[in-house]
Amino acid sequence: MRTALIILRKDLRVELRTLETVPAMVLLALVTFVIFHFGLDRDTIDGQLAAGVLTATLLFAAVLGINRLFVAEREQGGFDAFLLAPVDRTAMLLAKASALFLFLTALEVIAVPAFALFLLGPSLGPAILGLSLVLILANVGLAVIGTLVSAIAVHTRARDLIGPVISLPLLIPALIATARAAGPLLTLHTSGSPPGRWLAILGLYDLVFALLAYAVFDFLLED
Amino acid sequence: MDAERPAIECRELARYFGERTALRDVTLEVPAGATLAVLGRNGAGKSTLLRILASLLRPHAGTVEIFGEPLPRRAWAVRARLGLLGHEPLLYRELTGRENLDYHARLHRVGAGRVDEVLAAVDMDRRADDPVRLLSRGMVQRLAIARAVLHQPQLLLLDEPRANLDPGASELVEPLIGRAAGVTRVLTSHDPRAALAEADLVLALKGGRPVFAGDPAGFDDRRLAELYA
Amino acid sequence: MPSTTYGKGLRSLSLATIATIATALVLTFFYAPLDADQGFVQKIFYLHVPLAVVSLCGFIFGAGLAIGYLRTGDRKWDMRSYVAIHMALIFGIGGLITGSIWAKASWGHWWVWNEPTLVSFLIVLLLFATYQPLRFSIEDPERQSRYASVFSVVAGAFVPLNFMAVRLAQQYVHPRVLTLGGGNLPGAMRLTFLVALLGIALLYVTLWKYEMTAKYTRMQVRRLRRTLLGEDTIRPSGRSAAPS
Repeated sequence: MRTALIILRKDLRVELRTLETVPAMVLLALVTFVIFHFGLDRDTIDGQLAAGVLTATLLFAAVLGINRLFVAEREQGGFDAFLLAPVDRTAMLLAKASALFLFLTALEVIAVPAFALFLLGPSLGPAILGLSLVLILANVGLAVIGTLVSAIAVHTRARDLIGPVISLPLLIPALIATARAAGPLLTLHTSGSPPGRWLAILGLYDLVFALLAYAVFDFLLED
Repeated sequence: MDAERPAIECRELARYFGERTALRDVTLEVPAGATLAVLGRNGAGKSTLLRILASLLRPHAGTVEIFGEPLPRRAWAVRARLGLLGHEPLLYRELTGRENLDYHARLHRVGAGRVDEVLAAVDMDRRADDPVRLLSRGMVQRLAIARAVLHQPQLLLLDEPRANLDPGASELVEPLIGRAAGVTRVLTSHDPRAALAEADLVLALKGGRPVFAGDPAGFDDRRLAELYA
Repeated sequence: MPSTTYGKGLRSLSLATIATIATALVLTFFYAPLDADQGFVQKIFYLHVPLAVVSLCGFIFGAGLAIGYLRTGDRKWDMRSYVAIHMALIFGIGGLITGSIWAKASWGHWWVWNEPTLVSFLIVLLLFATYQPLRFSIEDPERQSRYASVFSVVAGAFVPLNFMAVRLAQQYVHPRVLTLGGGNLPGAMRLTFLVALLGIALLYVTLWKYEMTAKYTRMQVRRLRRTLLGEDTIRPSGRSAAPS
């Protein structure tokens, strides 16, 4: 735990200094909204369509973040440095997943209001708490899968190609659950509370993959 | 410290890369406090051996024990006592020298004062707050050395430690990584004669296999020429 | 190195497979009744569902073998896992194509979204299709085996989760002829189906063993040559997704 915090601090420090990942994710999301506006030829969208557009956009922006997660470790010897230290190896998983989670949250803090501004018909007000809950659960799943896939992809030759191609199918159940949970929230006269069943599925997905990631991550760190 | 037990003990160590042999039949014993020079051409297996000793690679056959602890099973028990200086400096380019050393210090549970100490020892205290990407190669190498000795390891694994260092810097780091440091050392060098001069033991590798293991006095110029032929 | 003869029992297995498939064909064309709605084309169902079921089981089988590799570090497990998965992918593509044909016959479209099993299956195939490119792009053979195994385990765990999520997502569930278990089939159809399932399963196992034997033999030959003729006579086998 302590080790994970050390690594996380280092990652946040690097990100704040370089501002590489999060701004790129935000820009991608914003451009995607514009593309959707033209692609769908709609000024406003609501309901399930809006949920789908938002979720898909966040997913593609997340993939950008996933690609970069371990690149510095691989290229600048971060793995060796970590492996030489007398620390618990799962700390790396925890640290990186937390970093990705924070990046995604930062992304959403900007992208969701932007979405409300550009494309969403109904007001976001009553739905904001419910939507936040949905997105937090979604972020956990994205963070776990993203970290796992990124750790696999970083050692391959075609790393920026392999990463998205593996993570997107794996994230489809999360996409389904997130979009379905958010759908009822983005309508006029929404009750503001997300459907429990989809939250449960999202939670289950998060749990299963978190446990799985914990079990297999060590194998990815060895040389 | 157990003065009788050797610092390093390898028996028939082997490591393969797919079908290729990276190391084979490596058997050696390095007493505590001694210096082992590993010689050989590029690709002979020197770096592989160092990485195995550093617990970063696991052997595919044979055994290796560091301070009596078998690797990789008990690697966690000896990691804190090893210091590796490899080809990569293991420093993040966007962070400053000080931040990098702080990071390593925290990972190794080393006190903050020690960071200042090593920075001064490698004469990098004035440039400690510049991002690593702005530093020259010699400076980066000095920082890398600082990183390697930060936690005061009892075994130093040095892969071409004097690369990129001018003679002045080389002299500067001598007390940290040279014989004067008084710790067990395994080193490789592109300058075999210099390595031989400071070695108590020599291991010569050719194609991953040892062709000589023993006293540097027995490793004469003829063998040297053969090795690099 | 202890030798595992994969060739053992291959002949009897092949014979059993041929016999079962022949029986299945006979039953399909001469015994199973014609479906009232869909007519003759419905018979592709006896090929499609077994292919799909065996493919999915193959992926999970491959994941299990991968766990074997992760636990033992013995490359043989990785080879078994590789063959299992890549065989399952081939069967799966066959299942997808026959499923598409069946969809066209039943509902008039080459693809339908309201058949959750077919949709889940597509997603699973999209995931496992990345297995070989992944292997292909990792050069260090040991790392390749390890990473591929981790991928197989994660992807294997993904299969049931995916099916569940997609099933729940479908609001309109088309009344399907069966669940994967072969639920509501009348007697004659059920028998034919089960025989077909067995035949395809045997085919999978036979092909798996064949490929294992071929790969293993090749590996042995290379090893012998290397020992007899020296390290340098073997050129590296080139870029290959398969474990050597």
